Parts: sequence; structure tokens; C-alpha cells
Amino acid sequence: MLYFSKLRILFVTIFSLLFILIASSNLFKFDDSFFDKKINLGLDLQGGSYLLLEIDNEPVIEQKLQNLTTTIRNYFKEKNIKVNNIKIDNQNIFFNVTDLDKQAVIDVFQDENSDLNPYYPRFKSHQLDIEDTGINLKVSFSRQGVINLKNSSQDQAIEIVRRRVDEVGTNEPNILKRGNDRILVELPGLDDPQRIKSLLGKTANLTFRFVTSDESDRFGVDKLKFEDGLEEATVSKRIIISGENLLDAQPKMDTQTNQTIVSFTLDRVGAKRFGKATSTGIGKQLAIVLDGKIISAPVVRDTIASGSGQISGGFTFQTATDLALLLRSGALPAPLEIIEERTVGPDLGQDSINAGMIALAIGFLLVIIFMFVKYKVFGLITNVTLIINLFLLLGILTLFEATLTLPGIAGIILTVGMAVDANVLIFERIKEELKGESNNILAFDGGYTKSRTAIIDANITTLLAAIILFFMGSGPVKGFAVTLGVGIFTTLFSVYFIARLFTSLYVTRNKNKEKLI
Amino acid sequence: MIAFNKYYNQFNILSILLITASLLLLIFKGLNYGIDFKGGTLIELRSSDSKINVSSLRDKFNQMDLGDVSVKKFGNDTDFLIKFENKDNKKNIIEEIKKNLDSSFGSNYDFRRVENVGPKVSAELLKAGVIAISLSLAVMLIYIWIRFEWQFSLGAILALFHDVIVTLGIFSLFSLEINLSIIAAVLTIVGYSMNDTVVIFDRVRENLRKYSDIKIFELTNISINETLSRTIITSATTLLALLAIFFFGGEILKGFSLAMILGVVFGTYSSIYIANTVLVRLRVSQKTVLREDDNKTI
Repeated sequence: MLYFSKLRILFVTIFSLLFILIASSNLFKFDDSFFDKKINLGLDLQGGSYLLLEIDNEPVIEQKLQNLTTTIRNYFKEKNIKVNNIKIDNQNIFFNVTDLDKQAVIDVFQDENSDLNPYYPRFKSHQLDIEDTGINLKVSFSRQGVINLKNSSQDQAIEIVRRRVDEVGTNEPNILKRGNDRILVELPGLDDPQRIKSLLGKTANLTFRFVTSDESDRFGVDKLKFEDGLEEATVSKRIIISGENLLDAQPKMDTQTNQTIVSFTLDRVGAKRFGKATSTGIGKQLAIVLDGKIISAPVVRDTIASGSGQISGGFTFQTATDLALLLRSGALPAPLEIIEERTVGPDLGQDSINAGMIALAIGFLLVIIFMFVKYKVFGLITNVTLIINLFLLLGILTLFEATLTLPGIAGIILTVGMAVDANVLIFERIKEELKGESNNILAFDGGYTKSRTAIIDANITTLLAAIILFFMGSGPVKGFAVTLGVGIFTTLFSVYFIARLFTSLYVTRNKNKEKLI
Repeated sequence: MIAFNKYYNQFNILSILLITASLLLLIFKGLNYGIDFKGGTLIELRSSDSKINVSSLRDKFNQMDLGDVSVKKFGNDTDFLIKFENKDNKKNIIEEIKKNLDSSFGSNYDFRRVENVGPKVSAELLKAGVIAISLSLAVMLIYIWIRFEWQFSLGAILALFHDVIVTLGIFSLFSLEINLSIIAAVLTIVGYSMNDTVVIFDRVRENLRKYSDIKIFELTNISINETLSRTIITSATTLLALLAIFFFGGEILKGFSLAMILGVVFGTYSSIYIANTVLVRLRVSQKTVLREDDNKTI
């Protein structure tokens, strides 16, 4: 165990130096891209905002079922099957057909090539389930149908969230899927997430609809409140144009009225429809509805064929900017709710870094002094190893650009405290061996060999705990699991390669010295 | 050589009392869950105005109808920690609070940290925490079962169980907050305590092979003594590191390091007085490990 070949010494030296270099790249700037890496600071250290959003898919499902009732009615009408009493209740569609037609209808739903009810061969499931309740037929989304629906609304939502966050222009946002109905947004350096929160909290569903006094409008009517919540107006359900027809939206200053407005440009389809509606509807009020509230309802004075227009509604410059941003980035498929928020100000982050570094320095110093007092020369060896160990740990974290959190720093400090364990186990064993063995070299050899199983067992148990923590923990706690886990590997490396190299050099030079340890 | 085995009975009784007391505390007093597990809102506030103190903040927050509000000093005189239920999960609550505080304190304060955990998330986090701790105990059990005989496995797990229960019991007794980092601490305690136990067990097994005529009662004592200086040194350096975190690592890490300190102390104690006494009570003998060796040769 004490013999080291020249090649191995060279390898250990180069390896250690390499990691010292990589670790130091956190402090200096290197031109080489391989060395110019830095440990990422977690949001708790650099300050920033962590938002967990949940998509409320219920309205999406309701809407889909609503559309489906029309589809079902039309589909069977073509086939000369009369669908009666169709209604939606508790996310199920119920309808009646004659007993003669019943089997035919069920067959349509269960046909794998059905164009009414898509079949997912990969999951061996239809989008919809149909059931004969005896009284009527019940159609609902299958389990897989709901999953697909959630996935697709998550895909759409994450795109819109990304656009909105990008438009605000925070630095390096991190936007990730969580499960099939959540989105995680990490915004480093942002200490007041209020604006982003309010932007993400809006669905931004924009429609232009005529105000009507005719309650029996062919398309049905909605009674909607104005944004200020005071007035109310009856608005037709017929949508002239919607947010999807917008090409661009910008906040502007209206030079005539000195008001802040949002000007918008429509796509070809939208422009055509807008032109037609404004030519036939002169004198009528056109309500601009956002998320179920009327922003304003100007009277149409002229045909607008240019495909551009403007929205006024007593905006401040900020609210106009945000509205334009929302309109540009498009509507969310479903409302989002912020179910978890953690925001750390940059000065608290800096304080945490400082406190962590001071604790690390003091903890390190205490351990080093303790080991030196206890073991003298071998304490010194342990301490040099400990320093290299720390560089290895930081080097690996840097190499993989891992995220360092405050608990992560605690993990490093703890590693310092526990890393001496392996060396202590070895040294204590050597002491015992020396009691019955006069040959120093043999005693050292025995010490290393006989302590090995205990060291491995002991480290594996800590590693297992770290692995579980990594997979079960969240956010900052994950950072702790990472440093603790990586620390075990660097500790074992430094004990078996570096500390052993030093001890072997020392012991071979002091072969005959009495009371070596 | 210290005669640890002379006190096996006494300390076993003490351990049983500790575990019983802790369990009673956990059942009847319960744990003081932080917002991570209970849901709610937390604000860390720093003031630059002496008018802002615990009682003025408490008055102000109580007027806002936020449910249960707790206001505490946090570390020093200018920092405060405010927690409330946010029962209705109001959306713009932080904005409202800011407006409210602005009206009485001007801009002489600053929100350094804001955390808001919804009820759904907190329930999930609690579940994940419980699963993580149970899973770690199970994994340790399996690992030690593979490496040692079942008697050792039982001893180690009882020791772990003791450490976790007693640490949580102390947190319950002093109403210390349980949050995500405490779960991390408990898992690390599990790892550390196991580590400590394994080192002694490893020696016990070695000695069982070495001495054919010494009874387990004596043998555990020899093994404890042989590994004692390692036990002390490692516990000492780990405690030094943890004390550094506790005193200098900032307020946020206080609970975490305290739990770890307790865990290391109890972990060291339980390796000696629980894990080993289980071996004695299960009458582990040379045969136990010899049988294991036989199995291996087949």
C-alpha cells in the first residue's frame, strides 16, 4: 500500500494541479473556454425570484367539451342520427339517441380509425371514453386524453411564459416544465417580481365584440363589467377579431388627446374582418374585451380598412406597455396560478455568501488546528490533503458548472469536518498496528489495508443519504446534496492518492524512527 | 480501557425514556412546521428606522387581516421575520402589505426575502420529506443487511431511529421550526449515525473472528474502546465545522446546524449505547459471523 510508482505520482500531481486551476477560475479570468468556468450561484446566494406556476386546465377542458358538443351534433346529423338533450355536467357530455342508433354511435367512438375520437396507438387509448348509462350516453375525456390535453396546454403555456419573460428582459431566466401542469420560472437578479407576477397572472385573452342592446342576439350575449368595475355593458358573443389576429402591438402617445394608447396591427384575415365590421357597424359601440373585462368601448366612426387601430382606456405609460407586451406575446391557453414563490434580495444573497465564507474559513481553521495538535506531522499531511480536497471539490463543482446554494456551502463545511474521518481511521489503525509490529512500513501497510472496509462502508452510507436527498429534495437543499455527495468522492480520492503519497514518502524516509505517529 | 459495558442497562433505560418522551412530545405537542410544510407567507424585513420594532410591526400586520401573524427578531435588532397564513391565498398580498407599511414607515424598510408557499405545494413538500426520511432508513437497512448479519442491521436501524426521533423530539420540545433544511439535516444525521455505527460494527465483526473465546458483552466493549479515539476525533472535527456554521453561517442556517449538532451528539451516543447493546441482547456470537463466512464460501 505504500509503494507509489513515478507515473502515479505524476498523475496525482497533474490531476490536483488541474483542479486547483479550474477551481481558481472562479476568481480569475481565463481566456481558454475550458478553464473559464464558474460555479453558478443559486438564487438564494445571488438574489432572485423563483416562481412555480400551475396551469388551471379546467377551463380548457370545459371549452373543449363545449366545442365537442357542436362537433358531435354535426357529425351525427350527417349520418342521419338525431342527437337529443346534449348537455355538459361535471366534465361529462350527456346526450340521447334512439335505441336503434345507440350501438352505431358507440361504434363510432370505439373505432380505432374514428375521426371523431382520435386513437393513440402508443397508449392503446382513445381520446374520449363513451359509456351507456342506461338513461343516456356519457362521453368524457379518457385518462390519456386528459394527459395529452394537459401536455399540449403546458407546451403552449411555457412558450407564452417564455415570450413574456423575455420581453421584460431579465437576465438569463430559467423556464422549465414541472410535471404536466406546472411551469417553473427562475429569475436571477430580480428582487421585485411584482411586474412579472402580474404579467404571468393574466391570460390576455383579447376580443373585439359589438355592444348590443338586443338581448336575443343570434350568438348570445354576455354581461361584462368595465375594467374600473363600475359600469356594465351587454356584449354580443360574436367575436369580430381576437388576439390571434394581432401582428404587433405597441404603446404610443396620442398627440391629439395627449393620452397613452396601445396601437396595434392586424394580420390579413383580421384586417379584412375588422374592415367589414367597421363598415357595417358605423355608429355602434365596439367593445375591446380583455380577460372578460371591457377595457373600452369606442363608437365606430369610420370604416377602418388599414388593418391597424388603437386601444385607449386611460392607460399610464406602464400599463400601456404591459398591455402591448401581453398582446404581442399572445394569450395563455389557460389561467396560471403562482403556487410557490421565493424571492431573495441581492443584499441578503451577498450577506449569505459572506456568512458562508466566514463559517467555512473558521470551520476549516478549527479543524486544521485540531488535527495538527492531535497528530503533528500526520496532522500536517491531513491538512494539506484537506486543502487539496477543498480545491478538488470546488474544481468539480466549477467543471460541471454546478449551482452552489447556501445549504451547499454548509455541505462543503460539513465535508471539511467529516473528510478527516478516513485519515483518522487509518492513523488510529496504524497506531494499533505499531503496538505489535516493529517494522514501520509493515505497520503502515496494515493500517491502510485493515481500515479500508470501514472507510468504504462509512462513506457509502453518507453517499446513499446524499443521493436520496438529491432526488427528493428541492431547490437549495439539492445544492447541499450535491456538495455532500461530490465531497465524498473527492475525500476518498485525496485520502487514498494524496495523503497516502505524503505518508509513504514520510514513512520510507523514517523507516526506523520510533514513535512515528 | 473504559468499561462502557458496565452501563449498558442504565443507558438502555435512558434511551427508552428519551424515545418515549420524544414520541409523546411528537404526538401531543407536535412539530412547529414552517411555511414550507404548513403553507403561508414569510417576509424577512430589514429596517433603517428605530420606530420599526416587533410591536409596531405586529400592530401593523394585525390590522391587515392576514390570519395568524407572527413577528420575530431575526438575528439582530434591525432584522425581522414575519410569518402569516395567507389563508385566502390572496394574489397581490405583498404589494398590499408594502403599500400599508409605506403609509406608516415611509421607505425606511426593505424586504430582503419573501417566500410564499401555497397549500398544495406545502402538502407535497411534507410528503416528499417524510418519504425521503423513510426511504433513507430503508436504504440503510438494506445496505447494512447486505454488509452484515441481520442482528447488526437491527442494531444500526434502532440507533438511527433513536437519533431521528430524539432530534425531532427536541425540536418539538423547544418549538423549533421544521423546514426543508431540517429534512436535509435529518437525512445527513442518518448518514452520519450510520457511518459511526458501521465503524464500530466493522471492528466487532473483526474481533469476533479474532477472539474465539471472548463473549459479545466483553467484545463490544473492546471494540468500542479500540475505535474510541477515532469516534472522538471525527465527532470533534464534525462538531467544530458545525459550530462554525451555527455561529457564523447566518440566521438561515441556524436551525439546520443545530439539528446536525444534536444529531452528531446523539449519533455518537447511540452507536455506542444502542447499536452495541442490541448485539449483546440478541446474543450475537462467533457463530453468527462464522455462519456468514460459510455462506460466502458456498
